[in-house]
Amino acid sequence: MVTPTLMEPERPGGRPPDTVGEGRAPALLLYLIRLLASLLIPVFTVVVLVVSFNYLRNQNANRLLQVFIAIVVGVVGVWVLYWGMDRFVGVLPERFRAGIRPFIFAGPAAVILTVYLVYPAVNTVIISFMSRNSKEFVGLQNYIDVFTTHDTLVSIRNSILWVVIVPVIVVAIGLGFATLADKLGRRSESVSKSLIFLPMAVSFVGASVVWGFVYSFRPEGFGNQIGILNALVSALGGSPINWLSIQPWNTAFLMVILIWTQVGFAMVILSSAIKSVPAEIIEAARIDGATELQLFWRVVLPSVTSTVIVVWTTVVITVWKLFDIVYVMTGGRDGTSVIAERMVTEFFKNFNFGAGAALAVILFIAVIPVLVINIRRFQAEEAIR
Amino acid sequence: MTTALSQHAEKGFLGRLVERWPAKLAVTIIALMWTIPTLGLLISSFRTRDEIRGSGWWTAIPHLFGKAQWTISNYSTVLGQSGFGNAFLNSLAVTIPAVVIPITIAAFAAYAFAWMSFPGRHVLFALVVGLMVVPLQMALIPILRIYTNFDLVGTFPAVWLAHTGFGLPLAVYLLRNYIGSLPSSIIESAKIDGADDFTIFWRLIVPLSVPVLASFAIFQFLWVWNDFLVALVFLGLDPKAQVLTVALANLAGNRGEAEHLLPAAAFISMVLPMVVFFSLQRYFVRGLTAGSVKG
Repeated sequence: MVTPTLMEPERPGGRPPDTVGEGRAPALLLYLIRLLASLLIPVFTVVVLVVSFNYLRNQNANRLLQVFIAIVVGVVGVWVLYWGMDRFVGVLPERFRAGIRPFIFAGPAAVILTVYLVYPAVNTVIISFMSRNSKEFVGLQNYIDVFTTHDTLVSIRNSILWVVIVPVIVVAIGLGFATLADKLGRRSESVSKSLIFLPMAVSFVGASVVWGFVYSFRPEGFGNQIGILNALVSALGGSPINWLSIQPWNTAFLMVILIWTQVGFAMVILSSAIKSVPAEIIEAARIDGATELQLFWRVVLPSVTSTVIVVWTTVVITVWKLFDIVYVMTGGRDGTSVIAERMVTEFFKNFNFGAGAALAVILFIAVIPVLVINIRRFQAEEAIR
Repeated sequence: MTTALSQHAEKGFLGRLVERWPAKLAVTIIALMWTIPTLGLLISSFRTRDEIRGSGWWTAIPHLFGKAQWTISNYSTVLGQSGFGNAFLNSLAVTIPAVVIPITIAAFAAYAFAWMSFPGRHVLFALVVGLMVVPLQMALIPILRIYTNFDLVGTFPAVWLAHTGFGLPLAVYLLRNYIGSLPSSIIESAKIDGADDFTIFWRLIVPLSVPVLASFAIFQFLWVWNDFLVALVFLGLDPKAQVLTVALANLAGNRGEAEHLLPAAAFISMVLPMVVFFSLQRYFVRGLTAGSVKG
């Protein structure tokens, strides 16, 4: 520990800057230093990044080395930054340190959140009131367009269908599977749960490829069916079906993909909830002569209701923001588009920034109530833990 | 669990079998339905081009041990010519820093919010938590405009920082809850022993917070590795910079010519998350639960 480098020794360290009275001038100084310190962080970041950038930009450099350097810069860089800032504070007179340190610790988070969430969110709202190239103010026109254009209306209808159907099915299969697996031996329970859970680790793009083969379609007379569904249809004497272009069922077939990836999540969370239902309650119900079905509906289900709601809302949010599966599988053709996918299309294919931003804002507003419920629940859960 | 055990003792082996078989059957059927699509893809990935195009993967099952028909050439073609080797490296270069950076920044901020006193910390923390409701779709265009102005599109740091921004509210919230619940006595006694904040953070807080750091790390790893949208927007379609999900989506896009390469390509993109999943299941689940509040 460095001994305090003095002046005005009667004041102990760490005075809050808002203290009034005779300490006004030092308080101002303290404030300025804090400001300077929190400003230094982005400056440092930029310096570190710019130096490494030039090399990372070089298209001809050894790719492996570039990747290695990128990882080292990214991982070590952030640590060096904090360490350097802390050294810098350590040089200052001791009475300043306690006041400045919190800003060194929390400052970078605040800066990044401002740049990457606060500013963009505000900006997106503004863009949504501007024309397609953001040159002039058009009021609510983009929102009116969204709710009157056929294509966007289709995507809104589809998104609502997804949100109504998918989470319910995910929760139902997850709950059913968790309940049944609970009755098995330990080994087969964990193996079967792992199998169901595995798709959770697969990206939506990967899941789309997996199911692309399941839905594979060859018109009759163009060789064997290599997709298992059409092979089954053919074996049963039917003619092959182009699953992804028959409306409105193609949306249902896309939903299957998302259900496939999400059931594992629902199952694992619900399974742990079911296991935590007190054994005495179940035992007592059995002694009173409850059948397994009654036991499920009257005892188990009521005790896991709050978990069911958490899982349901989580899946609702995932579904609402779904983009990848539709984009990869159909590109939104044949009446399959959804809001988040439509938004990307407006931004990057039609270059209609106003409409894209309006869709983003709609997405955002619709997600708020659900997320607030989730954060509340999560807070309550963490409090118990 | 105790219920189940006591029952077994009463009913014996046969009784257990009779009682269990409907559940067992149902579980087996669902598990099969969930596994078959991936299994089919796995089998396809080792078949030759003509076989993949000519017949379904199930026709290969009867000759499962006939050595001649299996090949790994799809994997070598995908890794080499199709650029998935490069894309794998890019995914690593994007993912590792995009996990470490938000965790580091969030851990420092969480420590400040939990154990340091400064004006406005409660308001600031509430603001951070509130930002969890902002979906990343809200941020895409303005950030893309900033990046275009500074010529940052297509660079790794551009993606790291975007993922950092999108992951930070959840990370700060999770870590603050955990770090705030550590006993204050250890921190106070470290202070009495003369440790400064940085030392306390580095020597005490970080080691004690390993479980929550691991949960968030796994959640963020899967999120970034499997992300398609952010990578597509900020890295673009430049084949040199593209990550696995973007490369895979491209390959799937020109399905006609590359159909026989898709299974191998898909497995290359899945292998790392699956390894993480199997080795760290315990933390994985908690991370996923935590993810329920990500906007």
